[in-house]
Amino acid sequence: MRSEIKELTSGLSHKWDKTETLAMFEKFCDIRYFEYEVKKAYDKDIIHMPVYLSIGQEAISSSLAVVLKKFNPAIFAQHRAHGMYISFGGNLDELRDEILHKGTGCAKGMGGSASIHSPAIRMYGHDGLMGTQVPIGVGHSYSQNYKANKKDYSIIVMGDASAEEDYVLGALGYAAHKKLPILFICEDNNLSILTEIKVRRNWKIVDVAKSFGMTVAETVDDPWSIMSHAKNLSNNLPAFLNIHTARSVWHAGTGSDGPPEWDRFDLIKKDLDNIGLKKEAEEIENNSKEKMEELWKTQL
Amino acid sequence: MMGETSRDVIKRFSENHLKNNNGILLGQCLTAVGWVGHTIPELTENDGLVELSMADVAGGGIAVGTALSGRRPIYVVRYQGFQWFNAPMIVNYAAKSKDMWGIPCPLFIRSIAMDSSGRKGRAMGPVAGNNHHGIYFRMPGVPIAAPITPKEYQAVWDYFMSHDDPIYCSEHRRGWEVDFEIPDIVEKGADITLFPISSTRLNVIEALAELKELGIKCNVINLLWIKPFKLNNKERRIAESLKNSKFGGLVIDGDYINGVAKGMAYDLMHEYNSKVYALGLEERTAGFAPEKDNLPPTSKQIITKIKEIVKSSL
Ligand SMILES: Cc1ncc(C[n+]2csc(CCOP(=O)(O)OP(=O)(O)O)c2C)c(N)n1
Ligand SMILES: [Mg+2]
Repeated sequence: MRSEIKELTSGLSHKWDKTETLAMFEKFCDIRYFEYEVKKAYDKDIIHMPVYLSIGQEAISSSLAVVLKKFNPAIFAQHRAHGMYISFGGNLDELRDEILHKGTGCAKGMGGSASIHSPAIRMYGHDGLMGTQVPIGVGHSYSQNYKANKKDYSIIVMGDASAEEDYVLGALGYAAHKKLPILFICEDNNLSILTEIKVRRNWKIVDVAKSFGMTVAETVDDPWSIMSHAKNLSNNLPAFLNIHTARSVWHAGTGSDGPPEWDRFDLIKKDLDNIGLKKEAEEIENNSKEKMEELWKTQL
Repeated sequence: MMGETSRDVIKRFSENHLKNNNGILLGQCLTAVGWVGHTIPELTENDGLVELSMADVAGGGIAVGTALSGRRPIYVVRYQGFQWFNAPMIVNYAAKSKDMWGIPCPLFIRSIAMDSSGRKGRAMGPVAGNNHHGIYFRMPGVPIAAPITPKEYQAVWDYFMSHDDPIYCSEHRRGWEVDFEIPDIVEKGADITLFPISSTRLNVIEALAELKELGIKCNVINLLWIKPFKLNNKERRIAESLKNSKFGGLVIDGDYINGVAKGMAYDLMHEYNSKVYALGLEERTAGFAPEKDNLPPTSKQIITKIKEIVKSSL
C-alpha cells in the first residue's frame, strides 16, 4: 500500500442520511456492473478499440454525483470517464453504443470509450490528450461566470498523471486567480499507465493548488469522506480534492496484474452492513446487475 | 528464423550510446510500460535512461537542455500526436541554436506512430495514432527521416552521430518488426512512380501484386529522408523513373495529406516536370469506430487512387 495512506475508511458512514448513502451505492453498482458487461464484450472480441474502465474507482464519481448533481455542474473529465457519465445520469444505451462503435453512440462513434460526452448532463468530451480538459474547463468556467452575480458550477476531473502537465498547472493558477466556481478532482490511482508517482515527482498536487490560494483536501476513496469533502469544498470554490483510489484493471483493456491495493466495493458493503443497510444494499446490487445485463443482452 | 529487426537495431544503438558515448535517453513511462515495445535497453537512470514527469511541454524543453550540454539525447515520444505539446522548444530553440548562437543542439527525436490496421483494441481514433512529421516539416532546422528497415534505422542514427542537427525520426510501430530491406523498383515502360513514406511502404508492397494483375506497372522509390530531400541521394533514379512513367507519380504518406505529401509532390512536380499526385490521411477528424478512423492509405486505397490517376490521365 502507498505509504501516505493510513486508513482505508473514514468512519463517517453513520453520519450520512440513508437515502444519500443508498443513492451513492446504487450509482456505484451501476458503474461496476456496466463495466463488467463491457469486459464481457471486450473479452468476446466485439469491441475493436481500447477501453478505459472505471472498475475500482467507482466511489469517486458516485459520491460526487450524490452531493453535486443539484448544482447541474458542467463536467470536464478525462479518458477514464464511464463512471462520471453514469453517475451524473448519462444515457446508458448511448454509452453502450459508443463503446460498440455505433452511430447511435453518445459521440456517434467518434469518441469511443475515451471521448464520451453528453450535452444532456453538461458533460464535455475529451480529446485524448491528457490534461487538456483542465485549461479548457477553466476557460469555459471563466466565460460562464464573467458576470459578477453568476455562479455556474464546474467539476474538472484529472488523473495523477495529467496533474503534472504544464498546462494543467498553469490553468489551476489562473482559476485560482479568477476565483472560478470549479471543483477540481484528481482521481489519484498512483499510476500513469504503469509508472508510479514516485518515479515522476516528489511533490503533491494539493500543495501546489494550495499555494495558488485554493482550498484543498485529500482523502481515500471512502464515499462518505468524499461526499463530506465535496459538500464542504463547494462553499469555497475554486477548490481541489485529491482522492486516492485503486484501479483494479489495466490502464486500457480488461486484464489485471493481480488484486488491486484495495477493493472499495467490499469495504463499502461492510460499512453498509455495519449501519444496518445490508438488505437494501443487496437488493440494489441485484437490481443493478440485472439492469446492466439487460442493457447489454442483445449485444452480447 | 527472423534476422535482425529494426527493433534490434534501435535497441543496440541506444544501448551503445548510453554505455559508451555518455549518451542519455529521456521520455515518459519508459521502464514500467514495456520498455517502449522493447526498443530501449533495460538500463537505469545511472546508465542515462531517464524517466521524465508527465509534463509534455517541459519534457521537450528538458530534452533540448540535455542536448545543449552535449549529451546527444535520444528523446522518445510514445505517440507522434503528443508532438503538438513536445515540439515547441525543439523547433523554436534546438532547431535555431546553431544559426543564432553558434551552439549546436543535437537531439534524436524518436517519435512513434501506430495504427489499428484492423487489429483488436488497436483503433487509435482522434489523437495519437498516425505520423505527425508534418508539424516539423514546415519549420527549418530539423532533418526528418522515416526509417522502416534495419539498415535505414542504422543510417539515420549514423547521420545523427556524424552531424550536429536535431533529427526527427518519424517511426511507425509496424517498422519495428521488419527484418528485411525494401529495394526501389525502376523499370522501363512503367505507368506510375510511387513515393511511399513510413508504414505506407508496407502497404505498397501488398498493393503491387494486385496492381500487376490489373496490368498496371509501378515504379517504387522508397523515401527514407523527408527533409532535406537530397539526403535520399536518388536524384538520377527519380528522374529516370518519372521520365519512364506514363502517368506521373504519387506520394503516399501516413500523415495528413496537407503537409509532407503535398509539399513533396509540389517539389517533385517542379523539379522533374512531371505530374505528381498526393495521398495521405484524409482531411477530416478521425473517430474511434473502425469506419470513422482515418488511417494511412491501405493497399486497397492505394490501388483505387492509382486506378483513378491512370484513368483520368488517359
Ligand atoms: C499529452 C499526452 N501525453 C501523454 C499521453 C499518454 N497517456 C495516455 S493516458 C496516460 C496516463 C494517464 O494517467 P492519469 O492521468 O493518472 O489517468 P488514469 O489513466 O490513471 O485514470 C498517458 C501518459 C496522452 N494521452 N496525452
Ligand atoms: Mg492515474
